[in-house]
Amino acid sequence: MQLGFKEEDIKFRDEVRSFIKETFTDDMRKTLSLSKNGHAGKDLHVKWQKSLYERGWMAPNWPEQYGGAGFTSTQKYIFESEMAREGAPRTIPFGLSMVAPVIMEFGSQEQKDKFLPDILESNVWWCQGYSEPGSGSDLASLQCKAENKGDHYLVNGTKIWTTMAQYADWIFCLVRTSKTEKPQEGISFLLIDMKSPGIEVRPLITLDNSPEPHQEVNQVFFEDVKVPIENLIGEENKGWTYAKYLLEFERGTAYSPGLYRGIKNLKDIARDTSIGDGLTLLDDNDFLNKINECEIQIQAMEFVELRIFSALSAGQRVGPESSILKTRGTEIGQYLQELAVEAIGYWSHPFVEDTFANVNEPSIGPDYAATITPEYYNGRKTTIYAGSNEIQRNIISKAVLGL
Amino acid sequence: MDFSFSEEQTLLRNTIQSFIQDNYDFDKRQAIVKSEEGMKQENWKQFAELGLLGLPFSEEDGGLNFGSVETMIVAEEFGKGLVVEPYIQTVVTCGGFLRRASANIKEKYIPGIISGEDIWAFAYAEPQGRYNLNDLTTTATLDGDNYIINGYKSVVSGGPWANKFIVSVRTAGGQRDSDGISVLIVDKNSEGLSIRDYPTVDGSRASEITFENVSISKDELIGEEGKGAELIELIVDETIAAICSEAIGAMKVLNDATVEYCKTRKQFGQPIGKFQVLQHRMVDMFMQYEQSVSMTYMVNLKLDEEYAERRKAASGAKVQIAKAAKFIGQSAVQLHGGMGMTDELNVGHYFKRLSMIENSYGNIDHHLKKYSTAG
Repeated sequence: MQLGFKEEDIKFRDEVRSFIKETFTDDMRKTLSLSKNGHAGKDLHVKWQKSLYERGWMAPNWPEQYGGAGFTSTQKYIFESEMAREGAPRTIPFGLSMVAPVIMEFGSQEQKDKFLPDILESNVWWCQGYSEPGSGSDLASLQCKAENKGDHYLVNGTKIWTTMAQYADWIFCLVRTSKTEKPQEGISFLLIDMKSPGIEVRPLITLDNSPEPHQEVNQVFFEDVKVPIENLIGEENKGWTYAKYLLEFERGTAYSPGLYRGIKNLKDIARDTSIGDGLTLLDDNDFLNKINECEIQIQAMEFVELRIFSALSAGQRVGPESSILKTRGTEIGQYLQELAVEAIGYWSHPFVEDTFANVNEPSIGPDYAATITPEYYNGRKTTIYAGSNEIQRNIISKAVLGL
Repeated sequence: MDFSFSEEQTLLRNTIQSFIQDNYDFDKRQAIVKSEEGMKQENWKQFAELGLLGLPFSEEDGGLNFGSVETMIVAEEFGKGLVVEPYIQTVVTCGGFLRRASANIKEKYIPGIISGEDIWAFAYAEPQGRYNLNDLTTTATLDGDNYIINGYKSVVSGGPWANKFIVSVRTAGGQRDSDGISVLIVDKNSEGLSIRDYPTVDGSRASEITFENVSISKDELIGEEGKGAELIELIVDETIAAICSEAIGAMKVLNDATVEYCKTRKQFGQPIGKFQVLQHRMVDMFMQYEQSVSMTYMVNLKLDEEYAERRKAASGAKVQIAKAAKFIGQSAVQLHGGMGMTDELNVGHYFKRLSMIENSYGNIDHHLKKYSTAG
């Protein structure tokens, strides 16, 4: 048992740091800081990802044969931590870490050749078609229908909470190809070109009130959309298996580096906030205690993550225990957002619809204030998406505690 | 970065586990607690035979030269058995002082610990000081070659069993100054030392100790006169790391017992573990436990770091463990229903021990303040 990284890992860490320093420009930082939901327009994300691609670091989790970074598990951890610590844009996961692993595992050679290189080079933007208005946590009840017409599927239905579908070239969808007694058994995994006739994307404005085109989610409608039969992944009616594989692939994100960054931001805000008598909010012991309690929770997260990472490095399997990461990581993240709103006091009230708009008037209150309250509202999604935290607790209960 | 245990460490864990299995099932433990002495000398002898009493001492001093990870393993397994024998008090805390003392003191006292002859306790707390280690009214003044000690020490854990004490005293300065604190070794039989022993709610024993012109040789001073505060804080942090380890052992037992109980206890025609509201409570207990394990590893691995890092590690761990101790202890009783309320079931006894750990060496508020000022 020991802490600390080996010399070659520290060298790698420094490489990552200098890459971020050179590539994550002040302009990008500024643009990203204007976002109310963590996304900052297609151009910024594509530009960022293309520079990762040029460095060979776009795909830390891909096998090298497909152009993966070839990181050791320690390097992966370091890479992810450094990115989060600096608040660098997250790589958009839908192509890179959602559909790509499924294509690699279950796709045909033609599908691999057609889709994987463009994902790696960020030439094609993907979105995810899973949830439907009537199918949230109970995903298997989905209704969006695809009829096999020989050379194509005819798709009718709707997908919801489709993150950044407004930028997407392609969507991967779970569709119902047959009515079976067990709902999981009639689901297929389809890749659909967003330019197909019959597809309509409607923005859904969420609590952060980011206006078009900066909305985070959409509803996608399919009306008699023809999808070539060769866009089916694997076998018809086996989509649920592929979807589950994808979920397993997604486990094990490091939350703590980003959360530490949140603590640092919070302290900066508190230091900048006067409470009278020449004191700042950072001198207020009641508030400071909340920051410290939160930081201690992040310490605990950090070492839960390090234990999981150490087990992975040793070649051990990490199972549903990692649900703890999603659950605690998002709960602490929300608490940080709550504290930020608390810190800025009345400056949480003014509403700025388009924070990206170049307005010539000075900001109302401190320039960082406009995004804090929307971020707090937007952050409520984190305990709902990717399997709500209640679902995560069900998973731990069943798979870890055996209840 | 590596959190795996070596073969040697796993062997050590297995040794303690079989000791607990053979000598420390709940009934045996309760018999020990209810005995007149409140601990079992035979167990202490076994600790000596197993080498546990020499664990952290250097080979030069006759010990095994093990580190904090090994101590963590022992304390964690002792926590699972609710062991009352004062291992942490003697070996980790007082042993921690002695390891850092002069060659003369090491030579004089460490063999007695390793052989199992001597049991030690650390007398530091005073009623007015609460958790402030520097708030001392017990004084020692040099008179020729002897220190004369006057004062009062409270809730000295393991006091009734100890024949030697390490005592924090003020040799100079104001009541709460960090300067002017000294660390002295005092024999229990010293003239002028009077002691009142009593049981504690978690099945252990403690003492109130009054010093009235207790005279000891100045050779019994550990470290430099007046410069003891830093050493005391270090030893207390090492002790915190050990009791956090003990706590995660106790939490593990409570969590396992609760899950097991909810799988078997039937109400409304089904095992109560089928109720989602109880499942989620148990998942929260599990997550609190996992976070506590992580913090315990952290503090044990960071004891040798520079001050601010160590301070944050120890206080952070203590805050997490205290919160988890309360949540897991209370939830275990709640989920066991009426049975959880009985003295007969082990659950309440783990709850009680965890509650005592919660505020030993400083409660949540105290350590949040320490964390805050660590820099």
